[in-house]
Amino acid sequence: MAVREAQQQPALAQDRPIVEVENVTVRLGGRPVLNDLSFAIYPGDFVGLIGPNGAGKTTLLRLLLGLVPPSNGTVSLFGHPLTRGNHRVGYVPQHQTFDETSPLRGRDMVALGIDGFRLGLPLPSQEKTAKVNRVLREVGADAYADSPIARLSGGEQQRLMLAQALIGDPDLLLLDEPLANLDIRSRRDVVNIVCSVVRQRNIAVILVAHDVNPLLGSMDKVIYLAHGRGVIGTPDEVVQTDVLTRLFGFPVDVIRAQGHILVTSAEEGGECHA
Amino acid sequence: MPEFLQWSFMQNAFLTGTIIATVAACVGYFVVLRHVAFAGHALSHIGFSGAAGAVLIGIDPLWGLLAFTLSAALAMGLLGDRLEGRDVAIGIVLAFALGLGILFLQLYTAYASEAFSILFGTIMGISRAEVVTSLIIGIAVLLGLGVIFRPLLYMSVNPIAAEAGGVPLRLLSALFLLLVALAVSEAVLVVGVLLIFALLIAPPATAMYLTPRIYPALGIAVVLGVLETWFGLIMAYYTGYSASFFIATAAVAAYLLVRLLVWRGVIGIRSTRLTAQPATADAA
Ligand SMILES: Nc1ncnc2c1ncn2[C@@H]1O[C@H](COP(=O)(O)OP(=O)(O)OP(=O)(O)O)[C@@H](O)[C@H]1O
Ligand SMILES: [Mg+2]
Repeated sequence: MAVREAQQQPALAQDRPIVEVENVTVRLGGRPVLNDLSFAIYPGDFVGLIGPNGAGKTTLLRLLLGLVPPSNGTVSLFGHPLTRGNHRVGYVPQHQTFDETSPLRGRDMVALGIDGFRLGLPLPSQEKTAKVNRVLREVGADAYADSPIARLSGGEQQRLMLAQALIGDPDLLLLDEPLANLDIRSRRDVVNIVCSVVRQRNIAVILVAHDVNPLLGSMDKVIYLAHGRGVIGTPDEVVQTDVLTRLFGFPVDVIRAQGHILVTSAEEGGECHA
Repeated sequence: MPEFLQWSFMQNAFLTGTIIATVAACVGYFVVLRHVAFAGHALSHIGFSGAAGAVLIGIDPLWGLLAFTLSAALAMGLLGDRLEGRDVAIGIVLAFALGLGILFLQLYTAYASEAFSILFGTIMGISRAEVVTSLIIGIAVLLGLGVIFRPLLYMSVNPIAAEAGGVPLRLLSALFLLLVALAVSEAVLVVGVLLIFALLIAPPATAMYLTPRIYPALGIAVVLGVLETWFGLIMAYYTGYSASFFIATAAVAAYLLVRLLVWRGVIGIRSTRLTAQPATADAA
């Protein structure tokens, strides 16, 4: 089925889209993981990508990175066909872990975001150090950038990963669950950092999350994914009882209270009785 | 000049030992960082069969070592960059190669002493020509490592981000294993198959306990490996026991000492904080 484009693009219609996905189907292991998906993202868009486990969120990001090919449909980035290793795209993968036995400073990892793909020795230069320091300050990670990454907390590592993705001056930022494992304050901090980067640099970001609430007030658009299908629009348009009920295929209630949104369903709640 | 350096066999031993310890420490830094110690271990044992085969057909064991380790490294590289299942595949290749090695030995029992020197190293019996060979191989390995250094580091730290950034993971991990194969083949000359970890793993692992910086860690690893090798050679000269034994003992002792001192908090990496305020305070 076709994805409903819940809204036209009047405000940014003069801009060329950064991402254009048209009728894309992705099959993994013989199964359609993304099904006939279409959407466009413009400069300055802060897009939340929301959906349950297994909905295809990571697969959608990997599609945009050129790491999984579409079996149908077309994807273009910056008006060109997709290529792998596009340095205008910054990416923070889901579940990045650093193990105890490889002590490497946070700042060395961040610097790899500049030219880690290039052959040769990583030689320090004043210009690079200044750039690293600037981006570390931008994400608020300068205090612990000289410690081994493996010793930092999950939230601190997450900020360093964000710094690594930002340091290449990307025009499109793909963040896979950067808010997982963060407390409420860090979540707000990370969303604020991302939001101000998007506004200042006029780039686009797709941020994967499970819950819309931390993104309310910051995101311009939301893509809701379920069963490989998706809906895109403003949060007000998409996060509605009828839209989500149609998408999920079972009754969903959307309750708005005090600026928060609760998406719930009669099927929620455990069944393990004492 | 110290007395022991007046002998040309000791000069050759010091030259080769220094070259090989340097190369092994640099390659070993990435072996430790990438958690491919088992692949390094397997390559050395596969090299044993190659060397035994070379002895059997009457050529220099080094060529047998190189032929076996390089083809095994290629096979491992082609198995992919995923760690799952790879150790099993390496183990199977290793078992087959060792079986061949035993057969080669049985076919040529006259060379039992050759087998002994492959297993434990022949650093005291190295010719000037072999010094040159090890220098050439050593320079080739260091140049190769210098070329792939940055993307190799990137994919060792952030494999997924590196792949997305266009780093060819499979190709680079295969190239790196080829460099490991070369370094291992060389190091077998000094410490033998059985003690390869003394030069390949122990010095970089020790260095990584001392600093999280890349070049200082490499530098410390090289200095440790070279000093341990010199210590082993001098001890072997004066006692008549195997240099490999002293090198391995020094390497393990340094590692344990550093771990003890780090554990006691005497030395080690400080977690530097510029501000007293933790960055992620508890949520209100
Ligand atoms: N390489 C693969 N081969 C086969 N199926 C795959 C592969 N990768 C992912 N899948 C399947 O595709 C579906 C979507 O996976 P994806 O990782 O995109 O989900 P997600 O929305 O990111 O979930 P989560 O919230 O748990 O991260 C899952 O059902 C998964 O099992
Ligand atoms: Mg995911």
